[in-house]
Amino acid sequence: MNFIQNPGKLRGFEKSISIEKITRRNILKGLSAAGGFVLAAPVMSRQAFAYQTGAGAMPHGIVLDPRVFVAIAPDGIVTIVAHRSEMGTGVRTSLPLVVAEEMDADWSKVRVQQAHGDEVRYGNQDTDGSRSTRHYLVPMRQIGAAARTMLEQAAARRWGVPAAEVKAVNHEIVHGASGRKLGFGELASDAARESVPGMEGLKLKEAKDFRYLGKGQVGIVDLHDITTGAARYGADVRLPGMKYAVIARPPVTGGKLVSFDPDAALKVPGVEKVMQARGWPWPSKFQPLGGVAVIARNTGAAIKGRDALKLVWDDGANGKYDSVAYRKELEEVARKPGLVVRKEGDADSALKNADKVVVGEYYLPHLAHVSMEPPVAVADVKGDKCEIWAPVQSPGGTREDVAKTLGIPEGNVTVNVTLLGGGFGRKSKCDFALEAALLSKEIGAPVKVQWTREDDVRHDFLHTVSVERIEAGLDKSGKVIAWRHRSVAPSIASTFAAGAVHQAPFELGMGLIDMPFEIANISCENPEAAAHARIGWFRSVSNVPRAFAVQSMVAEIAQATGRDPKDMLLELIGSPRIVNLSSVKDPWNYGEPYDSYPIDTARLRKVVELVAEKGEWGRAVPKGHGLGIAVHRSFVSYVATIVEVAVDDKGKLTVPRVDTAIDCGTYVNPERIQSQIEGAAIMGLSLAKYGEISFKDGKVQQKNFDDFPVVRIDESPQVTNVYIVPPGPDTPPSGVGEPGVPPFAPALINAIFAATGKRIRSLPIGKQLEA
Amino acid sequence: MIKLKINGQEQSWDGDPDLPLIWLLRDEIGLTGTKFGCGQALCGSCTVIVDKEAVRSCITSVKDVAGREVTTIEGLHPTGDHAVQKAWRQANVPQCGFCQAGQIMQAAALLMDNPKPSHDQIREAMSGNICRCGCYQRIENAVHLASTGV
Repeated sequence: MNFIQNPGKLRGFEKSISIEKITRRNILKGLSAAGGFVLAAPVMSRQAFAYQTGAGAMPHGIVLDPRVFVAIAPDGIVTIVAHRSEMGTGVRTSLPLVVAEEMDADWSKVRVQQAHGDEVRYGNQDTDGSRSTRHYLVPMRQIGAAARTMLEQAAARRWGVPAAEVKAVNHEIVHGASGRKLGFGELASDAARESVPGMEGLKLKEAKDFRYLGKGQVGIVDLHDITTGAARYGADVRLPGMKYAVIARPPVTGGKLVSFDPDAALKVPGVEKVMQARGWPWPSKFQPLGGVAVIARNTGAAIKGRDALKLVWDDGANGKYDSVAYRKELEEVARKPGLVVRKEGDADSALKNADKVVVGEYYLPHLAHVSMEPPVAVADVKGDKCEIWAPVQSPGGTREDVAKTLGIPEGNVTVNVTLLGGGFGRKSKCDFALEAALLSKEIGAPVKVQWTREDDVRHDFLHTVSVERIEAGLDKSGKVIAWRHRSVAPSIASTFAAGAVHQAPFELGMGLIDMPFEIANISCENPEAAAHARIGWFRSVSNVPRAFAVQSMVAEIAQATGRDPKDMLLELIGSPRIVNLSSVKDPWNYGEPYDSYPIDTARLRKVVELVAEKGEWGRAVPKGHGLGIAVHRSFVSYVATIVEVAVDDKGKLTVPRVDTAIDCGTYVNPERIQSQIEGAAIMGLSLAKYGEISFKDGKVQQKNFDDFPVVRIDESPQVTNVYIVPPGPDTPPSGVGEPGVPPFAPALINAIFAATGKRIRSLPIGKQLEA
Repeated sequence: MIKLKINGQEQSWDGDPDLPLIWLLRDEIGLTGTKFGCGQALCGSCTVIVDKEAVRSCITSVKDVAGREVTTIEGLHPTGDHAVQKAWRQANVPQCGFCQAGQIMQAAALLMDNPKPSHDQIREAMSGNICRCGCYQRIENAVHLASTGV
C-alpha cells in the first residue's frame, strides 16, 4: 500500500500520465517525513480458492500486492488503480469497487487511477476475452483484504491492543471494546510500514456483509465526466507542439506504395508535410500497413490534404480477393471432409443410416468493429524514449510492440491508457499506436494519428468470413443420432503467420468442438481456408457464426420433426451433466481449467428454462409476429435469448421485445451486466440485419455508416429484459462483455421463421424478407 | 477573419474558411467534448447546437457559422446540470460514453423544440445519433425523464 502526500495530484486523466513516478516520489517524501521507509514483506502468495482460473497463464499473470494497487492519502482519500482498459463494460469501476469492498472503504472517498501499460508491475492487462472480472475478482478481493489488514494492524499497534479486536468499518478502524476510532487517512503512513500479510489466513468478507458487491447501486466513475464532455478518450489528448496526421494506406491487404505526388496536398491550407509512412509486409501481426502520411496543424487540414494526394499502389497477391467467389470456395470446401477436430462414435455411418438428415449451410460475412471512436493515438518520441497516449485494450502488448518497432528498450516506453470509445476487439491491435510512434520519431514532434471512419472500415482487422455446414441425422422417432459440423473460415492465426489455413484451438473452441448436445455420433471438422485480408477478434469472435448455425439448426430440426423449438433445444442439451471433451486434443475452454469451468448442461438448461418462463415462451403474439429462442455458452458463461420479431407485409422487421437470461456466475455489478446485455442485443441485431464487409478486386467495398449500417434507436428493440441467474456460493465468475451477442442472431432468425415461414441461412438479412 | 461565438465567448478564425467546425472546436480551440465519429453526418457524435438547432459539426464549415452562436457539450450548462445531463446520469445511460456528448446535445435541442416529445418522437429525433454500445433503451428513457421529470 502506498502512502501519498497529495491525492489531488493523482486525480483526472492528465495526472495519470505518470502514476508510477508520482506515487513513488510521494511515498518517499511521505515516509521520510514519517521517519523512514521499512520495506514490507514479500508479495503475497496465492491462496487456494474454491475454484481456479487461467489468470496465471496469461502473459505476466497476476500481481497480488496492495502496495501496487492501493494508496491512501492523509485526508483519507483512497486511490485504487484500475489496470484494465475501460471500453464500456464498467471494469474501471467494478474492479476498484471490489478492492474498496474488502477494505470497507467508503466509495465516495475512493478515486480511481488508470494504470499505464506495465505488466511486470500490474500483471496482465489485456482487456479482452471477457476475462477481467473472472480473472480478477478474487485477486482484487485479496488485495483489498490485505490493505484492510494492514490498516487494522497499524491501528492495533497504535492502541496496543490485539489486531483481532479491531476492525474496519466504513473508512475507519474501530476498536469495539473502547469505542476508539481512527480514519484510514490517519493510519495511512503507519499502515504503509506494516508487512503485507500472506494469503493464508487472510480474512475475506462474508457475502452477507457486502455493501457494494452484487448490489448494482454504484454508477461508473466516469459518468459525470462523460455527460459533461470532460471524459478523455484517445482522440482528446493534446500536447504542446503536437501535429495532426492522417495516413493513406494501401487499399489491398499486402499492397505497397509505388509512387505519390504530394504537390496538391501541400497547397492545402494547414498542411505542413507529406511523407511516406513505413509499412510491413502482410502478415505481420499488428505492424502498420504503411502508405503516405499527411501532417498538418489540425485534423481537418490533414484529411483535406490526403484527399488531394495522387497515389499509385501495387495491390499484390490479394488484389483478386472477391467475396462472391470466395463464398463459393468456402461452400465447396464445406461439402467435403476436412480435418477432424472432434469425433465421438461414427457420425459418417450414422448419417448414412439415418431415417432423415437435416442439412443447414450458414454463411456469415466479414464484419467491421466500427467502435464510435475510430482508432487514434498520440505519440511523443524524444531520443530513445517514447510516450504513447492511446485507447488500447492491450497496454502491455502495446508497450512491447512500440519498443520493438522503434528498437528501444521496453522500459523507455510509457503507454498511457485513455478511455476507449468502444473497443470490441479492434483496439487489441495496436497498429495505430505504432503508426504514431513511427511518425513522431520521424518528424521529431508529438503526433496524433487520427483514423477516419473510412480508414476504420477499409483497414480493420475484420471478423472472419465463414460457412458453417451442419448435417443432423435423425432416427425414426425423430431423435438426433448424428451431428456433423464443418466450419470453414480463415483464422486469426493468418494475421500472425503466412500459410495458416486451419483455425486455432481458441477458434475451434468457440462453439464448434464445445457443442454441448447429448448426441451419440459427433464429427466436427475444420476444412482449410486461406485468408486474403487482416482477420482479428471481433466481440464474441467465432461464437457469432457458430451460435448462428447451431441454434438455427436446432429450430430446423424442430420444424422437421414438428416439435416446439424450446423443447427441441432442451432435448438436444439432454441430461444435466458435465460434457466430456476427452476426445478433443485441445479443448481450450477459454483458457480456464475445465474442473472449475466445465460445460455444465444443468446451467445451460437453467438459462433456457429461466428465459422461457420470464420471457413467456409460447405466448400468443399478433399476426406477423414470431418468437425465436437460442442458447449459447461462451466465455464460460451461459446465455439464452428469446426475440419477438414483427415482419410487416413489405418485409420490414421490427423487434417489439427481447428477453435474455445470463448465468455468469458470481458477479460484481448487475447493473452493468444488464447494460452489456442490452447492448449485445443491439450489436446482434446490427450484424443480423446489416453486417457485411465485402471485397472486390481486393478492396473493401464499404466505407462508412451509410453502406455499413448499424442499428439506430428508431429500429432498436422496444424493450430488452435481462434476467441474471443468482450464483451459488462458490460459482466462479465468468464472462459478460461478449456472451450476450452470439445467441441474439439465431433467436432473431428463428423468430423470423416463426413469423413468416422463411428460413434465413445467410447473414445479413438485408433484403431477403422483401417479397 | 471569421468571427463567431462559442459557448458565449467570442472566437475568431483566419485559416481555411471551409474547415469543418469540429476541427476548429477540437484541434484549434481544445473543446474536445465534441467527438469525431464519421465525418459525414452519419453518426451524430459531433452534434453541437448552433443558435437553437442541432447540427453536425463535421460537415458544417466554419464560414457557415460566422456570426452565429455555437454551444458545445462544455457550454450546455455551467455545472453540467442541464436536465438532460442529470437524466443521463440518473438513467446510467453510457457504456463507453464516446457518442454521449452528441446524444445529449441532440436531446437538448429536441427538448428546446418539443418539451414533451412522445416515445416515437424521441426515437425519430434521436435516430441520427449512433451508439455502437447500444445504449438506446436508456437514451430513450433518459430523454423521457428529462422531459417529464419522471
